[in-house]
Amino acid sequence: MSKESEPAKPASPPLSAPTQPAKPATPSPPAAASAPAPSPDLDRAKALATRITSSQPTAKVEWMKPRRLKVSASPNTIKDVALFARDSLGFNHISAVSGVDWIAKNELEVIYFVGSTTHGQEDFVLAVSERIPRDNPVVPTLIGVWKGAEYQERETHEMFGINFQGHPDQSHLFLPEDWNDLPPLRKDYVSPGR
Amino acid sequence: MTLEAEYSPDADRIMAVSLGPQHPGAGHFRIRLWLDGDYVVKALPDPGYVHRGEEKMAEYRNYTQNVPHLERPVILDSSNILFAYSLAVDELMSSKVPPRAQYLRVIMSEINRIISHMYFVAIQGLFLGHTTMITWCMGDRDFWIDLAERIAGARVTFAYIIPGGVRNDIPEFAIEKGLNTCDWFEKRMDEYEKIFFENPMVHQRSDRVGVLTGDDAVAFGATGTVARASGLTFDVRKDEPYSSYSDFEFKTPVLTQGDSWARAYVALLDMRESVKIIRQALKGLPQGPVRLKLGPQPRVPAGEVYARTEAARGEMSYHIISDGSPRPYRLKIGVPSAKNLRVLPHLLKGVHVADIPVIYWGLNYWPVEADR
Repeated sequence: MSKESEPAKPASPPLSAPTQPAKPATPSPPAAASAPAPSPDLDRAKALATRITSSQPTAKVEWMKPRRLKVSASPNTIKDVALFARDSLGFNHISAVSGVDWIAKNELEVIYFVGSTTHGQEDFVLAVSERIPRDNPVVPTLIGVWKGAEYQERETHEMFGINFQGHPDQSHLFLPEDWNDLPPLRKDYVSPGR
Repeated sequence: MTLEAEYSPDADRIMAVSLGPQHPGAGHFRIRLWLDGDYVVKALPDPGYVHRGEEKMAEYRNYTQNVPHLERPVILDSSNILFAYSLAVDELMSSKVPPRAQYLRVIMSEINRIISHMYFVAIQGLFLGHTTMITWCMGDRDFWIDLAERIAGARVTFAYIIPGGVRNDIPEFAIEKGLNTCDWFEKRMDEYEKIFFENPMVHQRSDRVGVLTGDDAVAFGATGTVARASGLTFDVRKDEPYSSYSDFEFKTPVLTQGDSWARAYVALLDMRESVKIIRQALKGLPQGPVRLKLGPQPRVPAGEVYARTEAARGEMSYHIISDGSPRPYRLKIGVPSAKNLRVLPHLLKGVHVADIPVIYWGLNYWPVEADR
């Protein structure tokens, strides 16, 4: 390694693959390293955001990144947004269901991350979220839209105390059956010994 | 296998049985079964026996301290679970990982994929009563563990892929050892095909057992070998080439049978592609640094990120919310075993009791990973 140090250029364009011609997808001019270059992936996110908000006026765009888009809806409208995302946009493959405890705002958030099996859109993950008050955390279940969300919603229920209305079985999945403390991933639950 | 068996008071035909959690094959995992004679009427998985609260733990530790404990859920596949974590933190910090580190990440991740798949097909052999497969695979798996040890210094939990790069550079001799291991292993895999995958007994026991259609695989959110055995071309390495995967030539093996045999065989085909990737990466390893200096307490700007990789069992994803403090505000690990778990009660409905181990293990389910 010591005598090989001279060709090392840390700031050089990454992945100048010696084995194969460089892939055309990611242009990596060294000058554009700091400023985010205009990316077609971001444009796709923007186009998708426009499609969702024009068809589902209640949906709000939270943020977008290359190949990622997060929209939020209210518990009343999230099912429509989800159905639109699945049937019209092709987001049919549930990836994860996550919850967040925003204790300072007295809110809980449920986020569905959904991938797609549609050709050309496999790289995209859509996040559909909803926020509810901490003292009355009731949301509709989205099992009817994405069947695979069943166990993940069950996990979110036990970890955050969010009640998924219409869920067939909200018994504990990972926690012991006799757990009678706060839901452990809420911010006001303190791990033992902390 | 019957630890707790009782007759249901409602129907004298139906017997409720627990498979696990102490069953030698179930591994800290219980399946609640309702049986009618030899047939499964209903099955409900009962995970959680090894739940450790990784996500809660992560909220108490900073981004560097999170590295060693986040790999614990998947000790068979410890590089891949950290790969997704590192990608997520890199994205939050907008760090540009050096090319050599990106190649080393891929090498280690593919070695780990082989280590994990070898364990998978070995135990699948065990559950089918094929002793040769488990002894061969467990033995050969050690050569890959040896190689990983030469690179990362540990045999199981490497903590090798870290935010900002990899922990240490690859020693020169490990490159040659790696290429030799690739050559030897490719020949060895031909022998696995002959003795196991072409074996009529294995076909008899696992063909058309636990068939999952492609539509169901999508609906249930199945990933990894389970999805690819059911005809889905679902592979994050191809779909969303992260790190340096776009530099390498490899295919995504897809089978359409959707049965237990296909789920095991697709793992073997996966390993063939992994060997190709490792060889290309070792030969084309760029020079340069292997990690960024992040310090013991990295400064992570506020933001939200969802990063995913293709781990051995499927899509591994991290959802991290940072509020700008040294510790993550929220860290969610989307593990492939938990995603595939919903498939299990669907597949077990109506099968023979003797087919349960094959179907269960064919899902490549790892209880510790699912429980986190």
